[in-house]
Amino acid sequence: MAKPTQPMLDVENLKVRFRTLAGPIEAVRGVSFTLGKEKLGIIGESGSGKTMTGRAVMRLLPKSAEIIADKLQFEDVDLSTATERQMQSVRGRRIGMILQDPKYSLNPVMSVGQQISEMARFHLRVGKREAEERTLAMLEQVHIRDPHRVYRLYPHEVSGGMGQRIMIAMMLVASPSLIIADEPTSALDVSVRGQILELLDEIVVSRGIGLMFISHDLNMVRSFCDRVLIMYAGRIVETIAASELENARHPYTIGLLEALPRIDAPRDRLAVLQRDPSWLEPTR
Amino acid sequence: MTPAICVEHLTVTFGEGMLAFRAVDDVSFSVMPGTAFGLVGESGCGKSTVMGAIAGRLTDWQGKIAIDGEPISGRRTLPQRARVQMVFQDPYGSLHPRHTIERTLLEPLEIHGLDDRDRRIGKVLEQVGLPQRFRYRFPHQLSGGQRQRVAIARALILSPKVMLLDEPTSALDVSVQAEVLNLLKTLQEDQGLTYLLVSHDMAVIAHVCDQIAVMREGRFVELTDKQRLIAGAVENDYTRLLREGV
Repeated sequence: MAKPTQPMLDVENLKVRFRTLAGPIEAVRGVSFTLGKEKLGIIGESGSGKTMTGRAVMRLLPKSAEIIADKLQFEDVDLSTATERQMQSVRGRRIGMILQDPKYSLNPVMSVGQQISEMARFHLRVGKREAEERTLAMLEQVHIRDPHRVYRLYPHEVSGGMGQRIMIAMMLVASPSLIIADEPTSALDVSVRGQILELLDEIVVSRGIGLMFISHDLNMVRSFCDRVLIMYAGRIVETIAASELENARHPYTIGLLEALPRIDAPRDRLAVLQRDPSWLEPTR
Repeated sequence: MTPAICVEHLTVTFGEGMLAFRAVDDVSFSVMPGTAFGLVGESGCGKSTVMGAIAGRLTDWQGKIAIDGEPISGRRTLPQRARVQMVFQDPYGSLHPRHTIERTLLEPLEIHGLDDRDRRIGKVLEQVGLPQRFRYRFPHQLSGGQRQRVAIARALILSPKVMLLDEPTSALDVSVQAEVLNLLKTLQEDQGLTYLLVSHDMAVIAHVCDQIAVMREGRFVELTDKQRLIAGAVENDYTRLLREGV
């Protein structure tokens, strides 16, 4: 298994609990992992708690949610006890986030350049002129051909792939050391998806950033990430090197892989996942 | 044998004059009864527009469309409509939230004036693998996969010849997708249904379809079959790109 370099994120026994009228619901039920300068994939189906895990690290959860953890350490910050003020210097500045659909994550009434500049001015406390320069440089880094033109465009004037590049540029302007990408390519077409993954890879590797890559797409995670956590019903059922996914041992992981239609291994019928109640129990 | 679906020189244009946009540009294909035809392409390539013209959701198109050898145009008769049924992408959006499953399944029977309604509903629920007690449930009490089974049942209840499947599993989890794809295959074998499947996922297309058309900017860039696609014997670079994905 790929050894992560000294972890920047250390999570131990993380739980996310929601208070509801029908009593508390645990969306994340005791998750432990570390993340270094690597591409860590988190895989799971809807409701497995993968998004909540990412959001808990950012402390971006609704008020009804309670975050409990034995340890939630990001570099020198204890995320579980940090004040909201401290969190503001972490969120966006040191941990960046990319969401699924740029159509909904960008401000529709601000030009994209202004939005990126705002990040630079807010987090780096630079002047207007410098923020603009940094923005243009950043747009160039995410391979946008004509940064001066794109700077003035509004979100509805850009394509999905371009929108996601802009999101990445916006996040990178504050040079975070950790990026949480929650289904960053799910809203994109296949041909664009490849380009965005390539860009993410280039940035993560060249800048030595840690990447938490949340996805439901096994094939994509397999080819993109270094290490994969497989989540089921709020727990991690298996941690495995992405290259070793073929030799996964947990029946849930195996079931997921077999349920996937594959061009290189056609079958008449797909295997149907038989859910075992014992998967709900903590492992070991 | 007469093709179940025969499309000749289909062209769909939206807008007029300078702003005219040709969403589908001279597309021809035919699908034999009991087989599945896949349309694959990225957003905006015109695949759903082709399906919309066949389904009758679009009325303004040029060319020829024949279902079971019978040309269709303009206003369709009830039997013509019953013969072609559709399943949509999002089972959360395609079922009426305040109708019970029974109510939802009753509607096509009422529209088409079919009798023996109770038995038909019972039978179709069985065919899609849902227990009878689901009749009295509302969509929000069902999982995504169960809802998509209801949507399939609603299409099936009119005993159509042709099923139009518009990204039927894109909104579902991998494990649920497998169940729905298996169900679609079983139904096709049992009832000799003809499928037209639209998807952006080449693996799903290759799993279900016998013939595959790759669309881009309103045209077919490649027409191929399952064996060639699986073997990777594709001619077009764009097909290869979609096939390999990431």
